[in-house]
Amino acid sequence: MGRSPARGHPHQPGRVSAPRLRGTDLLLVAAGGAAGALLRYAVDSASPHGLFPWPTLAINVVGAFVLGVLPALDVVRRSRRVATALGPGALGGFTTVSAWAGQVRELAGDGHVAVAGAYLALTLAAGLGAAAAGRRISHRPEPEAALG
Amino acid sequence: MNALLVVLGAAVGAPLRYAVAHLLDDRWPTGTLLVNAVGAGLFGLFAALSLGDQGWALLGTGFCGAFTTFSSFAVQAVDRPARAAAAYVVATTLLAVGGCALGWVLGSSL
Repeated sequence: MGRSPARGHPHQPGRVSAPRLRGTDLLLVAAGGAAGALLRYAVDSASPHGLFPWPTLAINVVGAFVLGVLPALDVVRRSRRVATALGPGALGGFTTVSAWAGQVRELAGDGHVAVAGAYLALTLAAGLGAAAAGRRISHRPEPEAALG
Repeated sequence: MNALLVVLGAAVGAPLRYAVAHLLDDRWPTGTLLVNAVGAGLFGLFAALSLGDQGWALLGTGFCGAFTTFSSFAVQAVDRPARAAAAYVVATTLLAVGGCALGWVLGSSL
């Protein structure tokens, strides 16, 4: 891949903005992602396992809510690095689409088609609901800001 | 030991996802859709290969788990207008579950 000029090059048509991919950001995402995945592994290992994959459902719903609410935190608004380490890093590593899809496939493959369907739908409904709830909190204007 | 392998797999999977999303996500989140579909496919493939505890910790739980992301998917969906959000949710669900089934079938035939 060719090097693009660091600054001042005209925007590509149709792109909203395309800042360069930075090495430090990749390292922050690697560190955050490793921590998030370790937490997911710990939650999953500590949870009792039945037919219905509650631990993964809880992980994805909590992670979606926290990512939605993240911009409400001062430290995240102040530092792009903290935002990168926590958002695509920790929460990206904590939550997972692959295990969700894998569990749906496994349940359906084992003949538990209704459970597979319920798990698929519940993850979507609760996960999207949680993300929307988090977004509502982070989009709410600060009282001080509203008062000027 | 397995925890360390999860960390190792995730330390590769997460930045790879970030790079793909950074390069391809635009008005439509093509990059995140792609990593979630490919990651789910690999998860199905690895599951079929019966890797053993350590191989699964590294590749399944660590790499695929951190390569894919539910949180970004959910927030990207709710940040979009209703029709685009619905299309994105349906596309992610179909490609992830379909990709995983395809990976499983491929892995089972090896």
